[in-house]
Amino acid sequence: MFIFYGGDPSHLSPDAQQAHMQKWFTWVEKLTKEKRYVAGEALLPGGKTVSGVSKTITDGPFTESKEVVGGFFVVEAKDYNEAVEMAKASPDFDLGGSVEVRQVMKFDM
Amino acid sequence: MREQDVNQLIGHLFRHEAGKMAAVLTRLFGFQAIDLAEDVVQDTLLKAMSVWKIKGIPENPSGWLYTVAKRRAIDILRKQHLHEDHHIQISQALRSEWSLTPTVNNFFLDDEIEDSQLRMIFACCHPSIPYESQISLTLKTLCGLSIQEIANSFLSNEETITKRLYRAREKIREEKISLEGPAPANMPGRLDAVLHSLYLLFNEGYNSSHPSQLIRHDLCEEAMRLCLLLTRNPLTNKGKTNALLSLMCFQASREDARLNADGSINLLKSQDRSRWNKHLIEKGKYFLEHSADNDEISAYHLEAAIAGSHSTTPSFETTDWERIFHLYSALADIKPGPIVEMNRAIALGYAKSSADGLDALRKITGLQDHYLLHAAMGDFYFDLDDSASARQSYLQALGLTTSSSEKRLLQKKLESLPSVSST
Repeated sequence: MFIFYGGDPSHLSPDAQQAHMQKWFTWVEKLTKEKRYVAGEALLPGGKTVSGVSKTITDGPFTESKEVVGGFFVVEAKDYNEAVEMAKASPDFDLGGSVEVRQVMKFDM
Repeated sequence: MREQDVNQLIGHLFRHEAGKMAAVLTRLFGFQAIDLAEDVVQDTLLKAMSVWKIKGIPENPSGWLYTVAKRRAIDILRKQHLHEDHHIQISQALRSEWSLTPTVNNFFLDDEIEDSQLRMIFACCHPSIPYESQISLTLKTLCGLSIQEIANSFLSNEETITKRLYRAREKIREEKISLEGPAPANMPGRLDAVLHSLYLLFNEGYNSSHPSQLIRHDLCEEAMRLCLLLTRNPLTNKGKTNALLSLMCFQASREDARLNADGSINLLKSQDRSRWNKHLIEKGKYFLEHSADNDEISAYHLEAAIAGSHSTTPSFETTDWERIFHLYSALADIKPGPIVEMNRAIALGYAKSSADGLDALRKITGLQDHYLLHAAMGDFYFDLDDSASARQSYLQALGLTTSSSEKRLLQKKLESLPSVSST
């Protein structure tokens, strides 16, 4: 799983934003063609957190924009190292974004 | 959404939709709250980016954007009282919870979007706003360009453009400019101002003084798009509007042939006419036909006729220079000035003789600092085998232009001169 953090395009012009988005479309198209793309979702910012034994509800998390999770992909890779290499293709690094690469556990062993 | 093969948005969709949304939202919030409108547009685009990058392009990208913008607008209108300078009917409709949502929805229908854009053009080109500020405001709000992009196209810096926008917004506040449009009596005058702004915008794109990009496609495109918009409303669909659009189409049709692969200029004389955009030429002819107006012949009509004459001639050699000379003469009556005189002189040179053309050019005053005059004289001197004078003229032209493409062209002309033998 690729968990996408941050990546702020607000300083870009509409034209530049569109061009940036195109990079994402191209990336996903490539992953799809290679039959590596499994799933993906975008997450709305804000929300609530439920925590503790008393199940307290608090607003948030309201973290710095760099730490906000924008969404995730689930992809197929031959092994973890390959997945990390694949993550380098994320277009958002230039915008201050980062990708957390986590291996989804498979139970058929 | 992922199954889509065509994983690409229409060119400049974001920018154009930004312009449309800004127009509609400004209409809803009032021209005085234009900043708020732009904020909502910005937020809408950011939201689109964050979702589409992961989920792909929605089936109706424009509709998606409008839905988000609408929701925000309704929220804002519910909470804030922005309708002070609104037309009384809109104001009441927005104030009532019952009619708020349907009213906002109506504003986002196709006709209304066009209507809002038209009102925006007129408001942005209000006569009390200085021309450079008008154009900057139009490009920012209606065309969705960023300050940086506008600065680049005008060979300026962000600070200057920001100042121009600030000046425009001050005027809007001072003069209480609204989107209600000019009174019918003022319409013709205002239309003239709008057309003039679009003409300047197109001209900037067509022959930009930017040192490393001769043709600013984007500016030409925006000017044409807005002019087309004007032809779609009976109030603004006048003969001269069509004439201006015709002129733009003809000029734009040569874009692909004007520059070589290495960025050097190809003059009309040596352009590969098969690379002229036939579709645009047809459009040019279409709008020229629709420009016939009982009221008047404008400068745009004549300029379009001249451009059309070139565009419909199969080769440089078969150009009807006499006709073009007469058209320039007519133009000189309406729009007297040295630039028109220069073009007329050049046409005379081709219609009659290089000596006549040169004579006419020499008689023009006020263009001593204009590179084109010297370049044109250089060409005629070259035709008359006067290499020394040609060299002098080309050198003078070289010193007066800032465009690197034009410098290269002039260098080439200098190199093609036979070397002056010393006696």
